[in-house]
Amino acid sequence: MKKNTKKNIMTLIALLLFIAFLTVADRIFDSYQMRIINLAGIYVTLGLGLNLINGFTGLFSLGHAGFMAVGAYTSAILTMSPELKEMNFFLKPIMPFFANIEWPFFPALIMAGLMAAIVGALIGAPVLRLNDDYLAIATLGFGEIIRVIFTNTQTLTNGALGLKGLPSFTNVYWSWGTAIIMIVGMVLLVKSSYGRAFKAIRENEIAAEAMGISLFKHKMMSFVIGSFMAGVGGALLGHLVGTIDPLMFRFLMTFNIVLIVVLGGIGSITGTVISAVVVTVMLEVLRVLDGAMDFGFIQIQGIPGMRMVVFSALLMIVILFYQRGLMGTNEFRWEWVTNPKQTIMNAWNNRKA
Amino acid sequence: MTVLKTDNITMRFGGLTAVSDFNLDMNEGEIVGLIGPNGAGKTTCFNMITGVYTPTEGKIICLDSDITGRKPHEITKLGIARTFQNIRLFQDLSVLDNVMVAGHMRLNSNLFSSIIRTPDYVKKEKAMYEKSMNLLKEVGLEKEAEEVSTSLPYGKQRRLEIARALATEPKILLLDEPAAGMNPQESLELMDFIHDVRDRFKVSILMIEHHMQVIMGVCEKIYVLDYGVTIAEGNPREIQNNKKVIEAYLGVDE
Repeated sequence: MKKNTKKNIMTLIALLLFIAFLTVADRIFDSYQMRIINLAGIYVTLGLGLNLINGFTGLFSLGHAGFMAVGAYTSAILTMSPELKEMNFFLKPIMPFFANIEWPFFPALIMAGLMAAIVGALIGAPVLRLNDDYLAIATLGFGEIIRVIFTNTQTLTNGALGLKGLPSFTNVYWSWGTAIIMIVGMVLLVKSSYGRAFKAIRENEIAAEAMGISLFKHKMMSFVIGSFMAGVGGALLGHLVGTIDPLMFRFLMTFNIVLIVVLGGIGSITGTVISAVVVTVMLEVLRVLDGAMDFGFIQIQGIPGMRMVVFSALLMIVILFYQRGLMGTNEFRWEWVTNPKQTIMNAWNNRKA
Repeated sequence: MTVLKTDNITMRFGGLTAVSDFNLDMNEGEIVGLIGPNGAGKTTCFNMITGVYTPTEGKIICLDSDITGRKPHEITKLGIARTFQNIRLFQDLSVLDNVMVAGHMRLNSNLFSSIIRTPDYVKKEKAMYEKSMNLLKEVGLEKEAEEVSTSLPYGKQRRLEIARALATEPKILLLDEPAAGMNPQESLELMDFIHDVRDRFKVSILMIEHHMQVIMGVCEKIYVLDYGVTIAEGNPREIQNNKKVIEAYLGVDE
């Protein structure tokens, strides 16, 4: 018990240090660097949502971008001022019901999550009867359907023109505040009885059902919570970028998040957090590769997209050596810091076994 | 008192009749055996009783309620628990968590209160933890509680499956080949263990087994299936001397 208190204190200290870092960073970093930090925070939220569905419950879902779109649009429509809406909807006016709504950010963010959760429930009800690849294909399809619907509902979403000039509410406190709440929520959920039930479904559906766990009910819970997180993340992203259009939420967006989850370890919260930060930062750091380079003996004139080549190569290397992602299903433990020797010894022994 | 009764249950897969007109009658506290050559339809019977399959015909009555066509998790809630022929543990979970998963159903706590850890939830969770630990102690696995379930040796994995089934607080326990892969010594221990489980947990047991010594040693009543048809039922002595059973197992002398 005493050991636990010590660990909790260490976690608390680490958290406070991190918040202090964010506060300082907010003052001294330029807007480009802050954007990366914000983006990392948002990707943590998005990654955790997908990890709950894919990693902890074992449902292979590829519809994340669709739920993000629902969240982003909900929050955008709720928070934009009437004048801004009039400016955006110049082809056809917005539905009168939404024309004069202007909510503060917080309720809009919650609403974004709730709308995504409702859509998640509607899609989940038929789709979650499927398994494995079939579920992946069905969710992928529904994600695209949401996008196509948004492209064609001119009076609600402004169609393919998208929405511009979203109030830039997202700052480091919103993005990382949400991320921290989500992390804490996920830890509490995963360690609860429901978390165990989710994992049981992932491990063996037939046995889970024989132990009295209602598959449909629990899969729905996981899917809806994951969708909620996607909605919130999508809304934060919208208010960070300032512009949203249906093309932003193509499959590629889902792919990015799947990448974060797989790289971090399917079924690991800390893995997702680490890999969300690493992937976001790496994608920016490698931007150097897109520019002109002079190695002395060879000169490269700058090939756009070069960073993606290198990034993909790095990914392949990581996956070759860590098939189960950086963390597997493990979580970060303070023993790794306080007793590194033992940790390495254990890792070595497990490797042999 | 009859706890489980099947009324002419029949299972057809397309043109194949896997089980036809199976009539089981199980009394409270009884240990009943279900035997037969490979492919006789024993596991299909289990799957019908536990709701994995819905019988094509017939009715299943458990504790005076008709459970035909119910979902497996509902049937478990009513008090029928099972183990599997090919062990189905939750592989990445610890031994303790495997048992605690089974307690989830009877926890009666909603998602929200379990996330925010209401005092009520914490109390229930603690009770469940203690119950699970006790159960592990009963089956002799308390030392391995924190280990990953697949790291256990085979015999202990079987015990864990039984412990997990018991954690659902069943009235009827269905064991699918509990002695499979065990050596003679382990099989003997298993016989005591099964008697023990019946007496301590007040359950009725229906078991499928190929190991005749185990079946004859523990069962009070035996049903013999061959090609889905019940060819004999009775106590061990009757079964051992039944001509049809001997024919089914050893063939007919031409």
